[in-house]
Amino acid sequence: MNLSEEAERLQGLLKSRRHERRRHDTWLTVQIARNKDRPRTREYIEQLIEGFEELKGDRLRADDRAVIGGLGWFDGRAVVVVGHQKGRTLGEQTEHSFGMARPEGYRKAQRLFALAERHRLAVLTFVDTPGAYPGVDAEEGGQARAIAETMLAMARLSVPVVATLIGEGGSGGALALAVADRVLMQENATYSVISPEGCAAILWRDAEFAPQAAEALRPTASQLLPLGVIDRVIEEPRGGAHVNPEAAARRVHDAIAEALTELEQLRPRERRMARRERFRQLGVWGGEGLLP
Amino acid sequence: MTVTVEIARRGTPQAPRRWVCPKCAAEHDPAAVKENLSVCPACGYHQRIGARERIAQLADEGTFVEYWSHLRTLDPLDFVDLEPYPERVREAQGASGLTEALVAGPAAIGGTPCVLAVMDFGFMGGSMGSVVGEKLWRAAAIAADEGRPLVAVASSGGARMQEGALSLMQMAKTTCAVDVLNDARVPFVAVMADPCTGGVVASFVSLADICVAEPGALLYFSGPRVIAQTTREQLPDDFGGAERNLALGHVDAVVPRAELKDRVANYLRLLKGGGQPDGLERRGSSRSRNGRTRRLARATSARVAAAFKNPGREPVGGSGTAPGSPEEPAP
Repeated sequence: MNLSEEAERLQGLLKSRRHERRRHDTWLTVQIARNKDRPRTREYIEQLIEGFEELKGDRLRADDRAVIGGLGWFDGRAVVVVGHQKGRTLGEQTEHSFGMARPEGYRKAQRLFALAERHRLAVLTFVDTPGAYPGVDAEEGGQARAIAETMLAMARLSVPVVATLIGEGGSGGALALAVADRVLMQENATYSVISPEGCAAILWRDAEFAPQAAEALRPTASQLLPLGVIDRVIEEPRGGAHVNPEAAARRVHDAIAEALTELEQLRPRERRMARRERFRQLGVWGGEGLLP
Repeated sequence: MTVTVEIARRGTPQAPRRWVCPKCAAEHDPAAVKENLSVCPACGYHQRIGARERIAQLADEGTFVEYWSHLRTLDPLDFVDLEPYPERVREAQGASGLTEALVAGPAAIGGTPCVLAVMDFGFMGGSMGSVVGEKLWRAAAIAADEGRPLVAVASSGGARMQEGALSLMQMAKTTCAVDVLNDARVPFVAVMADPCTGGVVASFVSLADICVAEPGALLYFSGPRVIAQTTREQLPDDFGGAERNLALGHVDAVVPRAELKDRVANYLRLLKGGGQPDGLERRGSSRSRNGRTRRLARATSARVAAAFKNPGREPVGGSGTAPGSPEEPAP
């Protein structure tokens, strides 16, 4: 009797310790993903893309600096690169709206995807944003539709598409650049439907509970891999990508190169259908056995 | 059903319960308001309605059959906030009488067979999780297979936080579902009912062939609270309102509930009524057309070649319809 009570008590203790550990680890990852010294899209382009030619503007009204893109060479093939740009110094961060894209940014991405399709260029995207820009002008400029149409544009591509999550993957604003054949994610990046602070404010009615919300949302690469949300975790140097950006970039390079080589074995239509199938399967539900 | 009966019985000894309009404060008999499609008879305020009531209003009587209600919500993340996720789902099921926030199946609207998918804001804020995404996928898939248009009525706060990144993925999944519809050239009409926000409006809803909103419905991706917190901007009074969205060009029409069924039925008839060939014929399937294309191509290249031989006599480029060009009649 006493023994089983003691066992129960110890098991409860172990469970709460595991919780604490997981909460600590998840919150640490959130901090590393947001670290201001972490390499951004610009740094990865410098390291991985030869002869990068930046292409600006959405051809409608503006050039959103929160999304950068252009042409360049990756391992001997010309590619289109598109990514959120956060910036590192305060000046850069202000210029790039902390990586929060407006409709103009998503429309710039769309026109670069169209360029890639027309000229048979593979597409590489880098995802690093707290979310789409939440402002009156962005909303009234069609933010919701811009995100939806960007996802649809990615879904329709027949060229290879590889997305890499390198920092914060915040909600629809991040997903808009990640409807890819292969979704790669750095070890200390995060990907979530809502920020831990936003989730805590709604469900706990207090943003102070952000570490708890972060733990519940399971936004880290190792947690998302078994759910099929991402296809591969890219290891980082000990302490995070900012400790050794060159080594981090080499690993990102190798993962993208491998994914591209695999994808280049498929026919264009097969790639598009496989991408559609990849996203169709996402989700977890039960009750299939209940109907004949 | 039983719930309604109980409330009515409890109400009878006292004065008959009145419905008070939250907009104009006019009092009405609840039965009369319901009869008026849950729209205030005095000021036209559109009350939020559940999926069952919406289906009864839109579908031709007796045509709707609910599919996929056997799909069960799971808790892949073991999500616990102040309450475990499965508890919240059970409460929502008890309160709404639905299994999930989307009810879907084949129906007919104004005589046109279609697939109808209706969200219920009363079920966890109409939030989109795995089951909602899967039901919408299946609705689009049978619509595409059978050539029936898809009609979706959206009323949602966005993606369901309790399923984490998996609910975010439903935005991509439902976007791919629209891609399936587009490939099959099957019409898709979306009705945006109050409120229509977040991940739902930034995915399948905005991609419909025709998007209409109900009067007074709020439509936005980021809400006033998030905007105020992040950018501290001053919001216009009617921010996100259906009428403002109409003026900004984001919806095709604002349609009062009393006209909604007829308008949707009309859209379906129009989108199905073209009858033009789809221009995707394979080589050899239409020999005369191909022959004509080849002859045209030959004629064009001859013209271009001639222009190169005699520069200045005929402009090269454009569509080749230069004034006086002998082969092309003036438009």
